[in-house]
Amino acid sequence: MAETVQMEDQVKYQTVAPAKSLSYASRVKRSYRQIKVESAFKVALVSMGIFMVVLVFGIFLTLVIGSSQSIKTFGISFLWGKKWDAVNDVYGAWPFLAGTLLTSFLALFISIPFSIAVAIFLGEYFPKGWFSELLKNTIELIAAVPSVIYGLWGFLVLVPFVRTIEIKLGIQQQQGWGIFTASLILAVMIIPYAASLGRSVIQMVPSALKEAAYSLGATRWEVIKNVVIPYTKSGLFAGILLSLGRALGETMAVTMLIGNSNDIPKSIFATGNTMASAIALFFGEANDIRRSSLIELGLVLFVITMIINMLGKRVIKRFTN
Amino acid sequence: MKKNFLHKILTASVILFAAISLSSCGSGGGSDKKSDSTSSASTSGDDNALIGAGSSFDNPLFSKMFYDYNTSNGLKVDYQSVGSGAGISQLTSRTVDFGASDAPMNGKQDSAVTSPVLHIPVTAGAVVLSYSLAGLKDTLKFTPSLLADIFLGNITKWNDPKIAAENKGVNLPATAITIAHRADGSGTSNIFTTYLSKVSEEWSKKVGKGSSVNWPVGLGGKGNDGVASLIKQTPGGIGYIELAYAVQNSMPYAKIQNKSGEFITPSIGSVTAAANITIPADSKVSLTNTEAKDGYPIAGFSWVLIYKEQKYNNRSADRAAKLLKLLSWMIHDGQKFSGALYYAPLSPAAVTTGDAILKTATYDGKPILQ
Repeated sequence: MAETVQMEDQVKYQTVAPAKSLSYASRVKRSYRQIKVESAFKVALVSMGIFMVVLVFGIFLTLVIGSSQSIKTFGISFLWGKKWDAVNDVYGAWPFLAGTLLTSFLALFISIPFSIAVAIFLGEYFPKGWFSELLKNTIELIAAVPSVIYGLWGFLVLVPFVRTIEIKLGIQQQQGWGIFTASLILAVMIIPYAASLGRSVIQMVPSALKEAAYSLGATRWEVIKNVVIPYTKSGLFAGILLSLGRALGETMAVTMLIGNSNDIPKSIFATGNTMASAIALFFGEANDIRRSSLIELGLVLFVITMIINMLGKRVIKRFTN
Repeated sequence: MKKNFLHKILTASVILFAAISLSSCGSGGGSDKKSDSTSSASTSGDDNALIGAGSSFDNPLFSKMFYDYNTSNGLKVDYQSVGSGAGISQLTSRTVDFGASDAPMNGKQDSAVTSPVLHIPVTAGAVVLSYSLAGLKDTLKFTPSLLADIFLGNITKWNDPKIAAENKGVNLPATAITIAHRADGSGTSNIFTTYLSKVSEEWSKKVGKGSSVNWPVGLGGKGNDGVASLIKQTPGGIGYIELAYAVQNSMPYAKIQNKSGEFITPSIGSVTAAANITIPADSKVSLTNTEAKDGYPIAGFSWVLIYKEQKYNNRSADRAAKLLKLLSWMIHDGQKFSGALYYAPLSPAAVTTGDAILKTATYDGKPILQ
């Protein structure tokens, strides 16, 4: 018993002592550990980066494989096929494609005055002060609120509002649901995207340019009109494009307001459906060719948003160069 | 060193990429036979836990039944309420012990499975017509042709003489009719469109039947709650929802004229009555437009689907026996939970047919239930 205690003491002493005396060796040891940590860190970073790229390609590939049956059956004419007919298993994307493009562009059209105004207000007109701070935080909040809440608000407030407008205008369908209502809610939802990018490009306008204009006697409105807007045109445009990407893919709020019919919308007050909303609605009960066609809808949406995103990125790049 | 390291990661990512795309192949088609090997793990696991998937209509009843069965028999049943169509695909790919569907399997689905599937009726439900008309106290009455005309968009105002003729003494407003229907694929839509196709030639030609059809007019809502809120939110709204949902949310619903000319209020009793007809041996019958004199005409069975031959994917005989015992309990003792949840208990004729079908199930060719 006593012997073992002694032995243990000895072992302790032996292991501690060299580390204390040989400071050179311990430094080598530590730097070796540092190298290990360093390379492990690098492995982690690179592998996570690669994982993300692989993931996106994997998603794309999944969509392509999943939609192969539909691509084989309907070919390219799937894109402009006028009917989504689940009874006879004939599927065309056009009703949903039209609904998506109509709601997104209408929303964009409605949102532009607001997003540009907010961008100018925060970027140039009143960059500081409590009201700008409040506005900035509010706009950020708009982007953070879950879309189902917009759907609820639209359902309870916008729909009756649009219905009264429709009755006053004497429009045939007086339901309050439809493309127009969905576009209104989408417009609200996408304002932050264009506004925040717009704000940062407006802040990038060189002050020398603005000061030169002021020194020539230009008013604030003239500076904004003749210096800031021309200088930031492409940046503002890029922000709008990116917010379009957001509008294209919005699902929940649209589903709750658009009326969800499979017809090609005849007017902006008619009901319709978008691709994202159709996928969410139909996927649960879909199998076989219907499922494959829904996946192809997803593929089309994926490609469209990818193109819009790439366009936006390119415009931004041109702007910053 | 650097190159070697990047190379390793690239190799790993290629493998990962391949794995992702391969697994997507397996689930992407959602159809055929190749999935036998991939899915065996999930069904041959714990023999004291069965897995089912399908109809969301059945879910509240099944939850209650399986909870009770677990307490008394110790068997755990995991039911995924994913929708009838998805339930059938999961049974087809043999990832579940049983599927549940509000519509019998169609020709296409039948040809996708590799061995015969049994349909066992477990409960019945009704689809009711609910409406919102401010100030209206009386219960509205609809004839089959009236319903078809409304849903085809031929009748657009509530005070249309055709509606007034069936509802004498009711003060109908000049409000426009707004139709609400299910936007998502649903067994409820299937029952309702099957009914309309039976009673109206125009409907069957123009629209047809199915869990998801192209509605001539109206707004689409997601789920019973989506349709219900569309009805409530729109003055002059009308739509179809499940009986249970309408009762629980105290929404008004119409009396419908059945084949014998009687106006029937939808209820548990009138649905069970609708199912008291001659049921074919395979039980695949639609209760819509029933021959029964006191039966409500827009009703349907919900079925549990299992493979007739229970020996597949290394399933044990014990597991098969437990499944059959559970199903037998569901159509007998389990029925006592129906009423409280507004499901219609099976009619005696349906129970007899169900018993006969369960007896045909086999394990390795030998009958499981005696």
